[in-house]
Amino acid sequence: MVVKTLTGNYAVAYAVKLARVNVVSAYPITPQTTIVEKLSEMIEKGELNARMIRVESEHSALAAVYGAASAGARAFTATSSHGLLYMHEVVWWAAGSRIPLVMAVVTRAIGPPWNIHVDHQDILDQRDSGWIIAVAQENQEVLDLTLQAFKISEDPRVYLPMMVGLDGFILSHTTAPVDIPDQELVDSWLPPRRQPYIIAPESEVVMGNIAPDEDHFMMRYSMAASMEAAKKVIEEVDKEYGEIFGRSYGGLVECYKCEDAEYFVVIMGSWAGDAKKAVDTLREQNIPVGVVRIRFVRPWPREKLLEILSGAKGVLVFDRAVSMGSTGILFSEVAQTLYPLNISLKGLVAGLAGVDVGPSRIEAEILKFIKQAEEGAIYTPTEWILPEKYAGRYPSSPKEVIAK
Amino acid sequence: MNVNSKPVLEEPKTVFFAPISHPSPGSVGKTGTWRTHKPVVDLDKCTGCLICWLYCPEDTIIRLENDKVSIDYEYCKGCGICAHQCPFDAIQMVPEG
Repeated sequence: MVVKTLTGNYAVAYAVKLARVNVVSAYPITPQTTIVEKLSEMIEKGELNARMIRVESEHSALAAVYGAASAGARAFTATSSHGLLYMHEVVWWAAGSRIPLVMAVVTRAIGPPWNIHVDHQDILDQRDSGWIIAVAQENQEVLDLTLQAFKISEDPRVYLPMMVGLDGFILSHTTAPVDIPDQELVDSWLPPRRQPYIIAPESEVVMGNIAPDEDHFMMRYSMAASMEAAKKVIEEVDKEYGEIFGRSYGGLVECYKCEDAEYFVVIMGSWAGDAKKAVDTLREQNIPVGVVRIRFVRPWPREKLLEILSGAKGVLVFDRAVSMGSTGILFSEVAQTLYPLNISLKGLVAGLAGVDVGPSRIEAEILKFIKQAEEGAIYTPTEWILPEKYAGRYPSSPKEVIAK
Repeated sequence: MNVNSKPVLEEPKTVFFAPISHPSPGSVGKTGTWRTHKPVVDLDKCTGCLICWLYCPEDTIIRLENDKVSIDYEYCKGCGICAHQCPFDAIQMVPEG
Protein backbone atom coordinates (compact mmCIF):
# COMPACT_ATOMS: atom_id res chain seq x y z
CA MET A 1 0.00 0.00 0.00
CA VAL A 2 1.31 3.40 -1.03
CA VAL A 3 -0.32 6.78 -0.51
CA LYS A 4 0.29 9.24 -3.32
CA THR A 5 -1.05 12.68 -4.05
CA LEU A 6 -3.01 12.18 -7.24
CA THR A 7 -5.40 14.02 -9.49
CA GLY A 8 -8.62 12.19 -10.25
CA ASN A 9 -7.24 11.50 -13.71
CA TYR A 10 -4.11 9.82 -12.34
CA ALA A 11 -6.22 7.88 -9.84
CA VAL A 12 -8.04 6.34 -12.83
CA ALA A 13 -4.74 5.55 -14.54
CA TYR A 14 -3.34 3.79 -11.45
CA ALA A 15 -6.50 1.70 -11.15
CA VAL A 16 -6.31 0.69 -14.80
CA LYS A 17 -2.68 -0.32 -14.31
CA LEU A 18 -3.59 -2.39 -11.25
CA ALA A 19 -6.28 -4.15 -13.29
CA ARG A 20 -3.56 -5.19 -15.77
CA VAL A 21 -5.44 -3.94 -18.78
CA ASN A 22 -4.27 -5.34 -22.15
CA VAL A 23 -5.50 -2.64 -24.51
CA VAL A 24 -6.02 1.11 -24.16
CA SER A 25 -7.33 3.25 -26.98
CA ALA A 26 -7.77 7.00 -27.21
CA TYR A 27 -8.05 9.99 -29.43
CA PRO A 28 -5.31 12.14 -27.93
CA ILE A 29 -6.63 15.66 -28.49
CA THR A 30 -9.13 17.66 -26.40
CA PRO A 31 -11.48 16.74 -24.69
CA GLN A 32 -9.10 13.90 -23.80
CA THR A 33 -7.52 14.15 -20.38
CA THR A 34 -4.30 13.18 -18.62
CA ILE A 35 -5.85 9.78 -17.89
CA VAL A 36 -4.61 8.30 -21.14
CA GLU A 37 -1.51 10.49 -21.10
CA LYS A 38 -0.49 8.80 -17.84
CA LEU A 39 -1.41 5.36 -19.16
CA SER A 40 0.61 5.98 -22.30
CA GLU A 41 3.59 6.89 -20.10
CA MET A 42 3.14 3.71 -18.03
CA ILE A 43 3.05 1.59 -21.18
CA GLU A 44 6.07 3.37 -22.63
CA LYS A 45 8.07 2.80 -19.45
CA GLY A 46 7.12 -0.88 -19.44
CA GLU A 47 5.22 -0.56 -16.16
CA LEU A 48 2.03 -1.69 -17.86
CA ASN A 49 2.14 -4.51 -20.38
CA ALA A 50 -0.54 -3.20 -22.73
CA ARG A 51 -1.04 -2.02 -26.25
CA MET A 52 -1.95 1.65 -26.79
CA ILE A 53 -4.02 2.20 -29.94
CA ARG A 54 -4.10 5.82 -31.03
CA VAL A 55 -7.07 6.55 -33.26
CA GLU A 56 -8.58 9.42 -35.20
CA SER A 57 -11.76 10.03 -33.17
CA GLU A 58 -13.59 9.05 -30.01
CA HIS A 59 -16.02 7.00 -32.10
CA SER A 60 -13.02 4.95 -33.21
CA ALA A 61 -11.49 4.91 -29.72
CA LEU A 62 -14.49 3.13 -28.24
CA ALA A 63 -14.82 0.96 -31.36
CA ALA A 64 -11.19 -0.14 -30.95
CA VAL A 65 -11.51 -1.18 -27.31
CA TYR A 66 -14.89 -2.75 -28.04
CA GLY A 67 -13.25 -4.85 -30.74
CA ALA A 68 -10.32 -5.75 -28.49
CA ALA A 69 -12.68 -6.67 -25.65
CA SER A 70 -14.80 -8.81 -27.99
CA ALA A 71 -11.60 -10.66 -28.90
CA GLY A 72 -10.86 -11.33 -25.23
CA ALA A 73 -8.74 -8.40 -24.04
CA ARG A 74 -9.31 -6.47 -20.85
CA ALA A 75 -9.67 -3.05 -22.44
CA PHE A 76 -10.10 0.52 -21.31
CA THR A 77 -10.71 3.98 -22.72
CA ALA A 78 -11.48 7.40 -21.27
CA THR A 79 -13.25 10.44 -22.56
CA SER A 80 -15.22 13.53 -21.63
CA SER A 81 -18.08 15.77 -22.78
CA HIS A 82 -18.17 16.03 -26.59
CA GLY A 83 -15.88 13.03 -26.95
CA LEU A 84 -18.47 10.94 -25.15
CA LEU A 85 -21.25 12.26 -27.34
CA TYR A 86 -19.23 11.41 -30.41
CA MET A 87 -18.95 7.83 -29.05
CA HIS A 88 -22.67 7.56 -28.47
CA GLU A 89 -23.40 5.05 -31.25
CA VAL A 90 -20.65 2.68 -30.11
CA VAL A 91 -21.76 3.13 -26.49
CA TRP A 92 -24.98 1.33 -27.48
CA TRP A 93 -23.14 -1.30 -29.52
CA ALA A 94 -20.86 -2.25 -26.64
CA ALA A 95 -23.74 -2.61 -24.20
CA GLY A 96 -26.02 -4.46 -26.60
CA SER A 97 -23.21 -6.88 -27.41
CA ARG A 98 -22.85 -7.72 -23.71
CA ILE A 99 -19.11 -7.13 -23.83
CA PRO A 100 -17.45 -6.31 -20.49
CA LEU A 101 -15.53 -3.05 -20.84
CA VAL A 102 -14.55 -0.12 -18.65
CA MET A 103 -14.51 3.57 -19.54
CA ALA A 104 -13.76 6.63 -17.42
CA VAL A 105 -15.81 9.74 -18.10
CA VAL A 106 -14.60 13.11 -16.89
CA THR A 107 -18.01 14.74 -16.57
CA ARG A 108 -18.26 18.13 -18.20
CA ALA A 109 -20.79 20.50 -19.70
CA ILE A 110 -21.87 20.09 -23.32
CA GLY A 111 -21.62 22.96 -25.80
CA PRO A 112 -22.60 25.29 -27.17
CA PRO A 113 -21.20 27.52 -25.88
CA TRP A 114 -17.89 25.78 -25.23
CA ASN A 115 -17.39 25.11 -21.58
CA ILE A 116 -14.86 22.94 -19.81
CA HIS A 117 -16.41 22.81 -16.35
CA VAL A 118 -18.36 20.19 -14.48
CA ASP A 119 -21.93 19.12 -14.88
CA HIS A 120 -23.50 15.72 -15.51
CA GLN A 121 -25.13 16.40 -18.85
CA ASP A 122 -22.62 14.26 -20.79
CA ILE A 123 -22.70 11.08 -18.70
CA LEU A 124 -26.47 11.18 -18.18
CA ASP A 125 -26.90 11.41 -21.93
CA GLN A 126 -25.76 7.74 -21.90
CA ARG A 127 -28.28 6.79 -19.22
CA ASP A 128 -30.52 4.54 -21.32
CA SER A 129 -27.79 2.71 -23.26
CA GLY A 130 -27.33 -0.33 -21.02
CA TRP A 131 -24.01 0.67 -19.44
CA ILE A 132 -23.59 0.49 -15.71
CA ILE A 133 -23.02 4.10 -14.70
CA ALA A 134 -21.31 5.16 -11.48
CA VAL A 135 -20.20 8.61 -10.34
CA ALA A 136 -17.56 9.22 -7.67
CA GLN A 137 -17.36 11.90 -5.01
CA GLU A 138 -13.62 12.13 -4.49
CA ASN A 139 -10.30 10.86 -5.88
CA GLN A 140 -9.89 7.82 -3.64
CA GLU A 141 -13.32 6.65 -4.70
CA VAL A 142 -12.36 7.26 -8.33
CA LEU A 143 -9.54 4.72 -8.00
CA ASP A 144 -11.64 2.23 -6.05
CA LEU A 145 -14.64 2.48 -8.42
CA THR A 146 -12.48 2.09 -11.52
CA LEU A 147 -10.89 -1.05 -10.11
CA GLN A 148 -14.27 -2.41 -9.03
CA ALA A 149 -15.69 -1.66 -12.47
CA PHE A 150 -13.64 -4.47 -14.02
CA LYS A 151 -14.97 -6.99 -11.51
CA ILE A 152 -18.58 -5.83 -11.84
CA SER A 153 -18.56 -5.65 -15.63
CA GLU A 154 -16.91 -9.06 -16.05
CA ASP A 155 -19.23 -10.83 -13.62
CA PRO A 156 -21.26 -13.51 -15.48
CA ARG A 157 -24.42 -12.22 -13.78
CA VAL A 158 -23.76 -8.83 -15.36
CA TYR A 159 -21.76 -8.89 -18.62
CA LEU A 160 -22.43 -5.23 -19.29
CA PRO A 161 -19.87 -2.44 -19.79
CA MET A 162 -19.38 0.12 -17.05
CA MET A 163 -18.50 3.80 -17.04
CA VAL A 164 -17.02 5.59 -14.06
CA GLY A 165 -17.75 9.32 -13.84
CA LEU A 166 -15.50 11.82 -12.13
CA ASP A 167 -16.35 15.51 -11.99
CA GLY A 168 -14.40 17.61 -14.47
CA PHE A 169 -11.66 19.74 -12.90
CA ILE A 170 -13.05 19.44 -9.36
CA LEU A 171 -11.77 15.85 -9.27
CA SER A 172 -10.02 15.30 -12.58
CA HIS A 173 -7.46 18.08 -12.18
CA THR A 174 -7.32 18.49 -8.41
CA THR A 175 -4.91 16.48 -6.29
CA ALA A 176 -5.75 14.60 -3.12
CA PRO A 177 -4.05 11.81 -1.17
CA VAL A 178 -4.95 8.45 -2.70
CA ASP A 179 -4.15 5.07 -1.25
CA ILE A 180 -2.94 2.77 -4.04
CA PRO A 181 -3.53 -0.90 -3.20
CA ASP A 182 -0.77 -3.51 -3.56
CA GLN A 183 -0.60 -5.25 -6.92
CA GLU A 184 -0.45 -8.72 -5.31
CA LEU A 185 -3.62 -8.03 -3.36
CA VAL A 186 -5.41 -6.80 -6.48
CA ASP A 187 -4.22 -9.87 -8.42
CA SER A 188 -5.64 -12.20 -5.78
CA TRP A 189 -8.96 -10.32 -5.73
CA LEU A 190 -9.59 -9.63 -9.42
CA PRO A 191 -10.07 -12.87 -11.38
CA PRO A 192 -8.86 -13.32 -14.97
CA ARG A 193 -11.17 -11.70 -17.50
CA ARG A 194 -14.44 -13.52 -18.10
CA GLN A 195 -16.80 -12.92 -21.00
CA PRO A 196 -19.76 -14.65 -22.64
CA TYR A 197 -18.21 -15.23 -26.08
CA ILE A 198 -15.03 -14.43 -27.95
CA ILE A 199 -14.87 -13.07 -31.47
CA ALA A 200 -11.73 -14.50 -33.07
CA PRO A 201 -10.93 -16.06 -36.45
CA GLU A 202 -11.07 -19.57 -34.96
CA SER A 203 -14.20 -19.01 -32.86
CA GLU A 204 -16.64 -19.02 -35.80
CA VAL A 205 -18.93 -16.57 -34.06
CA VAL A 206 -20.14 -13.39 -35.67
CA MET A 207 -21.68 -10.47 -33.83
CA GLY A 208 -24.25 -7.89 -34.82
CA ASN A 209 -25.97 -9.82 -37.58
CA ILE A 210 -29.55 -8.93 -38.42
CA ALA A 211 -31.86 -10.87 -36.10
CA PRO A 212 -35.57 -11.59 -35.90
CA ASP A 213 -37.52 -8.77 -34.19
CA GLU A 214 -38.53 -11.08 -31.35
CA ASP A 215 -34.87 -11.90 -30.62
CA HIS A 216 -33.94 -8.22 -30.63
CA PHE A 217 -36.75 -7.66 -28.15
CA MET A 218 -35.45 -10.46 -25.91
CA MET A 219 -31.93 -9.01 -25.99
CA ARG A 220 -33.34 -5.86 -24.41
CA TYR A 221 -35.18 -8.01 -21.87
CA SER A 222 -32.00 -9.88 -20.99
CA MET A 223 -30.11 -6.60 -20.51
CA ALA A 224 -32.82 -5.44 -18.14
CA ALA A 225 -32.51 -8.71 -16.19
CA SER A 226 -28.74 -8.31 -15.96
CA MET A 227 -29.13 -4.72 -14.74
CA GLU A 228 -31.33 -6.03 -11.92
CA ALA A 229 -28.75 -8.73 -11.12
CA ALA A 230 -25.99 -6.09 -11.17
CA LYS A 231 -27.52 -4.41 -8.11
CA LYS A 232 -26.57 -7.42 -6.00
CA VAL A 233 -23.14 -7.75 -7.62
CA ILE A 234 -22.34 -4.09 -6.93
CA GLU A 235 -23.25 -4.47 -3.25
CA GLU A 236 -21.17 -7.67 -3.01
CA VAL A 237 -18.12 -6.13 -4.67
CA ASP A 238 -18.34 -3.02 -2.48
CA LYS A 239 -18.48 -5.22 0.63
CA GLU A 240 -15.64 -7.59 -0.26
CA TYR A 241 -13.52 -4.63 -1.43
CA GLY A 242 -14.02 -3.14 2.01
CA GLU A 243 -12.92 -6.36 3.68
CA ILE A 244 -9.77 -6.64 1.58
CA PHE A 245 -8.79 -3.04 0.91
CA GLY A 246 -10.43 -1.31 3.85
CA ARG A 247 -12.85 0.94 1.99
CA SER A 248 -16.59 0.44 1.42
CA TYR A 249 -18.92 3.14 0.23
CA GLY A 250 -22.38 1.70 0.72
CA GLY A 251 -22.81 0.09 -2.70
CA LEU A 252 -25.43 1.69 -4.92
CA VAL A 253 -25.91 4.71 -2.66
CA GLU A 254 -24.00 6.27 0.19
CA CYS A 255 -25.98 7.38 3.21
CA TYR A 256 -24.69 10.24 5.32
CA LYS A 257 -26.34 10.92 8.66
CA CYS A 258 -29.46 9.15 7.42
CA GLU A 259 -30.32 7.08 10.52
CA ASP A 260 -32.57 9.53 12.33
CA ALA A 261 -33.08 11.99 9.46
CA GLU A 262 -36.52 13.30 8.55
CA TYR A 263 -35.42 15.31 5.56
CA PHE A 264 -33.01 14.16 2.88
CA VAL A 265 -30.86 15.68 0.20
CA VAL A 266 -30.37 13.46 -2.87
CA ILE A 267 -27.26 14.42 -4.80
CA MET A 268 -24.51 12.88 -6.97
CA GLY A 269 -20.84 13.65 -7.62
CA SER A 270 -18.29 15.89 -5.94
CA TRP A 271 -20.75 18.48 -4.65
CA ALA A 272 -22.17 15.78 -2.38
CA GLY A 273 -19.20 16.84 -0.22
CA ASP A 274 -20.68 20.34 -0.02
CA ALA A 275 -24.07 18.87 0.87
CA LYS A 276 -22.49 16.84 3.69
CA LYS A 277 -20.85 19.98 5.03
CA ALA A 278 -24.20 21.78 4.93
CA VAL A 279 -25.79 18.87 6.78
CA ASP A 280 -23.05 18.96 9.43
CA THR A 281 -23.87 22.60 10.13
CA LEU A 282 -27.61 21.92 10.25
CA ARG A 283 -27.10 18.94 12.55
CA GLU A 284 -25.37 21.25 15.02
CA GLN A 285 -28.70 23.10 15.15
CA ASN A 286 -30.49 19.75 15.71
CA ILE A 287 -32.13 19.78 12.31
CA PRO A 288 -32.69 16.13 11.33
CA VAL A 289 -31.34 16.06 7.79
CA GLY A 290 -29.20 13.53 5.90
CA VAL A 291 -27.56 13.08 2.51
CA VAL A 292 -28.27 10.24 0.11
CA ARG A 293 -25.49 10.24 -2.43
CA ILE A 294 -26.33 8.43 -5.65
CA ARG A 295 -23.26 6.36 -6.58
CA PHE A 296 -24.89 4.32 -9.32
CA VAL A 297 -27.36 5.90 -11.74
CA ARG A 298 -27.61 2.60 -13.60
CA PRO A 299 -28.78 0.26 -12.32
CA TRP A 300 -31.03 2.73 -10.51
CA PRO A 301 -31.14 1.93 -6.75
CA ARG A 302 -34.93 1.89 -6.54
CA GLU A 303 -35.33 -0.64 -3.72
CA LYS A 304 -32.58 0.88 -1.63
CA LEU A 305 -33.96 4.41 -1.97
CA LEU A 306 -37.44 3.26 -1.03
CA GLU A 307 -35.98 1.57 2.03
CA ILE A 308 -33.98 4.63 3.11
CA LEU A 309 -36.62 7.23 2.29
CA SER A 310 -39.79 5.40 3.35
CA GLY A 311 -39.97 7.28 6.67
CA ALA A 312 -38.94 10.66 5.26
CA LYS A 313 -40.96 13.84 5.57
CA GLY A 314 -39.34 15.37 2.51
CA VAL A 315 -36.71 14.83 -0.17
CA LEU A 316 -34.78 17.60 -1.89
CA VAL A 317 -33.02 16.60 -5.12
CA PHE A 318 -30.03 18.52 -6.48
CA ASP A 319 -29.48 18.07 -10.21
CA ARG A 320 -26.43 18.96 -12.22
CA ALA A 321 -28.14 17.93 -15.47
CA VAL A 322 -31.53 18.75 -16.89
CA SER A 323 -33.78 17.05 -19.41
CA MET A 324 -34.86 20.02 -21.52
CA GLY A 325 -38.63 20.42 -21.46
CA SER A 326 -38.89 18.34 -18.29
CA THR A 327 -37.04 18.36 -14.97
CA GLY A 328 -33.63 17.62 -13.56
CA ILE A 329 -32.68 14.07 -14.53
CA LEU A 330 -32.14 12.72 -11.02
CA PHE A 331 -35.39 14.37 -9.94
CA SER A 332 -37.43 12.40 -12.45
CA GLU A 333 -35.71 9.20 -11.32
CA VAL A 334 -36.33 9.95 -7.65
CA ALA A 335 -39.92 11.03 -8.26
CA GLN A 336 -40.86 7.80 -10.05
CA THR A 337 -39.18 5.83 -7.26
CA LEU A 338 -40.98 7.63 -4.44
CA TYR A 339 -44.37 7.54 -6.13
CA PRO A 340 -45.75 5.07 -3.55
CA LEU A 341 -44.83 7.47 -0.71
CA ASN A 342 -46.77 10.58 0.17
CA ILE A 343 -43.97 12.98 1.05
CA SER A 344 -42.75 16.46 0.10
CA LEU A 345 -40.58 16.47 -2.96
CA LYS A 346 -38.62 19.22 -4.64
CA GLY A 347 -36.11 19.32 -7.49
CA LEU A 348 -33.41 21.93 -7.88
CA VAL A 349 -31.39 22.38 -11.05
CA ALA A 350 -28.07 24.01 -10.19
CA GLY A 351 -24.36 24.05 -10.84
CA LEU A 352 -24.61 23.64 -14.61
CA ALA A 353 -21.38 24.47 -16.45
CA GLY A 354 -19.52 24.35 -13.15
CA VAL A 355 -21.36 27.32 -11.61
CA ASP A 356 -20.38 27.05 -7.96
CA VAL A 357 -22.93 26.04 -5.35
CA GLY A 358 -21.26 25.93 -1.97
CA PRO A 359 -22.32 24.46 1.39
CA SER A 360 -23.94 27.70 2.58
CA ARG A 361 -26.23 27.85 -0.46
CA ILE A 362 -27.17 24.20 -0.06
CA GLU A 363 -27.82 24.84 3.63
CA ALA A 364 -30.13 27.77 2.80
CA GLU A 365 -32.03 25.68 0.24
CA ILE A 366 -32.50 22.85 2.75
CA LEU A 367 -33.88 25.27 5.35
CA LYS A 368 -36.22 26.82 2.79
CA PHE A 369 -37.44 23.39 1.73
CA ILE A 370 -38.06 22.24 5.30
CA LYS A 371 -40.03 25.41 6.02
CA GLN A 372 -42.19 24.90 2.90
CA ALA A 373 -42.76 21.22 3.71
CA GLU A 374 -43.67 21.89 7.33
CA GLU A 375 -46.37 24.28 6.14
CA GLY A 376 -47.94 21.47 4.10
CA ALA A 377 -46.75 18.76 1.72
CA ILE A 378 -45.25 20.23 -1.43
CA TYR A 379 -44.45 18.87 -4.86
CA THR A 380 -42.11 21.18 -6.80
CA PRO A 381 -40.54 19.31 -9.70
CA THR A 382 -38.25 22.02 -10.95
CA GLU A 383 -36.70 25.17 -9.62
CA TRP A 384 -33.39 26.59 -10.75
CA ILE A 385 -30.72 28.03 -8.51
CA LEU A 386 -29.61 30.87 -10.77
CA PRO A 387 -26.01 32.10 -10.73
CA GLU A 388 -25.49 35.03 -8.36
CA LYS A 389 -24.91 37.31 -11.34
CA TYR A 390 -28.49 36.72 -12.54
CA ALA A 391 -30.36 35.85 -9.33
CA GLY A 392 -33.25 38.19 -8.61
CA ARG A 393 -33.52 39.29 -12.22
CA TYR A 394 -35.27 36.11 -13.34
CA PRO A 395 -37.77 33.80 -11.64
CA SER A 396 -36.33 30.56 -10.23
CA SER A 397 -38.92 28.52 -12.09
CA PRO A 398 -38.61 28.69 -15.89
CA LYS A 399 -42.38 28.16 -16.00
CA GLU A 400 -42.96 31.60 -14.51
CA VAL A 401 -41.08 33.32 -17.31
CA ILE A 402 -43.93 32.71 -19.71
CA ALA A 403 -46.57 33.48 -17.06
CA LYS A 404 -45.19 37.01 -16.84
CA MET B 1 -0.01 -13.04 -12.04
CA ASN B 2 -2.60 -12.53 -14.70
CA VAL B 3 -0.36 -10.66 -17.14
CA ASN B 4 -2.07 -10.95 -20.51
CA SER B 5 -3.69 -14.11 -19.25
CA LYS B 6 -6.20 -15.78 -21.51
CA PRO B 7 -9.79 -14.69 -21.04
CA VAL B 8 -12.15 -17.27 -19.66
CA LEU B 9 -15.35 -18.14 -21.47
CA GLU B 10 -18.00 -18.38 -18.82
CA GLU B 11 -21.72 -18.86 -19.29
CA PRO B 12 -23.88 -15.88 -18.34
CA LYS B 13 -25.81 -16.35 -15.10
CA THR B 14 -28.97 -14.48 -16.12
CA VAL B 15 -31.46 -14.87 -18.95
CA PHE B 16 -29.14 -14.23 -21.83
CA PHE B 17 -29.73 -13.25 -25.41
CA ALA B 18 -26.66 -11.90 -27.22
CA PRO B 19 -26.46 -10.57 -30.78
CA ILE B 20 -24.17 -13.37 -31.92
CA SER B 21 -24.64 -16.01 -34.56
CA HIS B 22 -22.70 -18.70 -36.36
CA PRO B 23 -22.06 -17.96 -40.01
CA SER B 24 -24.33 -20.01 -42.22
CA PRO B 25 -26.03 -19.38 -45.55
CA GLY B 26 -29.18 -17.32 -45.36
CA SER B 27 -29.50 -16.77 -41.63
CA VAL B 28 -32.37 -14.36 -42.36
CA GLY B 29 -34.03 -16.45 -45.04
CA LYS B 30 -33.70 -16.71 -48.80
CA THR B 31 -32.72 -13.20 -49.76
CA GLY B 32 -33.12 -13.99 -53.47
CA THR B 33 -36.77 -13.01 -53.06
CA TRP B 34 -35.65 -9.39 -52.50
CA ARG B 35 -34.50 -9.12 -56.14
CA THR B 36 -36.17 -6.88 -58.74
CA HIS B 37 -33.48 -7.49 -61.37
CA LYS B 38 -31.38 -10.60 -61.78
CA PRO B 39 -27.84 -10.85 -63.13
CA VAL B 40 -27.52 -13.17 -66.13
CA VAL B 41 -24.04 -14.35 -67.15
CA ASP B 42 -23.08 -14.72 -70.82
CA LEU B 43 -20.54 -17.53 -70.56
CA ASP B 44 -19.27 -16.84 -74.12
CA LYS B 45 -18.16 -13.36 -73.03
CA CYS B 46 -16.95 -14.41 -69.54
CA THR B 47 -13.13 -14.70 -69.45
CA GLY B 48 -12.84 -16.07 -65.93
CA CYS B 49 -11.19 -12.91 -64.54
CA LEU B 50 -13.25 -13.33 -61.33
CA ILE B 51 -13.65 -9.60 -60.73
CA CYS B 52 -17.40 -10.09 -60.14
CA TRP B 53 -16.60 -12.87 -57.67
CA LEU B 54 -14.33 -10.50 -55.74
CA TYR B 55 -16.82 -7.64 -55.70
CA CYS B 56 -20.02 -9.54 -54.86
CA PRO B 57 -20.96 -8.35 -51.33
CA GLU B 58 -23.11 -11.41 -50.68
CA ASP B 59 -20.85 -14.25 -51.77
CA THR B 60 -23.47 -15.40 -54.29
CA ILE B 61 -21.18 -15.71 -57.32
CA ILE B 62 -20.38 -19.37 -57.78
CA ARG B 63 -16.87 -20.05 -59.05
CA LEU B 64 -16.93 -22.82 -61.67
CA GLU B 65 -14.04 -25.20 -62.35
CA ASN B 66 -12.77 -23.17 -65.31
CA ASP B 67 -13.02 -19.96 -63.20
CA LYS B 68 -16.05 -18.86 -65.16
CA VAL B 69 -19.03 -18.00 -62.97
CA SER B 70 -22.69 -18.65 -62.31
CA ILE B 71 -25.10 -16.98 -59.86
CA ASP B 72 -26.64 -18.41 -56.70
CA TYR B 73 -30.18 -17.11 -57.27
CA GLU B 74 -31.45 -18.33 -53.89
CA TYR B 75 -29.46 -15.63 -52.10
CA CYS B 76 -28.46 -13.06 -54.78
CA LYS B 77 -30.26 -9.80 -53.83
CA GLY B 78 -29.87 -8.33 -57.31
CA CYS B 79 -27.71 -5.33 -56.36
CA GLY B 80 -26.06 -5.30 -59.78
CA ILE B 81 -22.50 -4.68 -58.59
CA CYS B 82 -21.24 -7.69 -60.57
CA ALA B 83 -22.78 -6.35 -63.80
CA HIS B 84 -21.35 -2.91 -63.09
CA GLN B 85 -17.84 -4.25 -62.45
CA CYS B 86 -17.58 -6.81 -65.28
CA PRO B 87 -14.95 -5.42 -67.73
CA PHE B 88 -16.26 -7.67 -70.54
CA ASP B 89 -19.93 -6.77 -70.36
CA ALA B 90 -20.67 -10.44 -69.69
CA ILE B 91 -23.34 -9.84 -67.02
CA GLN B 92 -26.70 -8.24 -67.82
CA MET B 93 -29.34 -7.20 -65.28
CA VAL B 94 -32.67 -8.58 -66.43
CA PRO B 95 -36.00 -7.55 -64.81
CA GLU B 96 -37.59 -10.29 -62.66
CA GLY B 97 -40.97 -11.80 -63.47
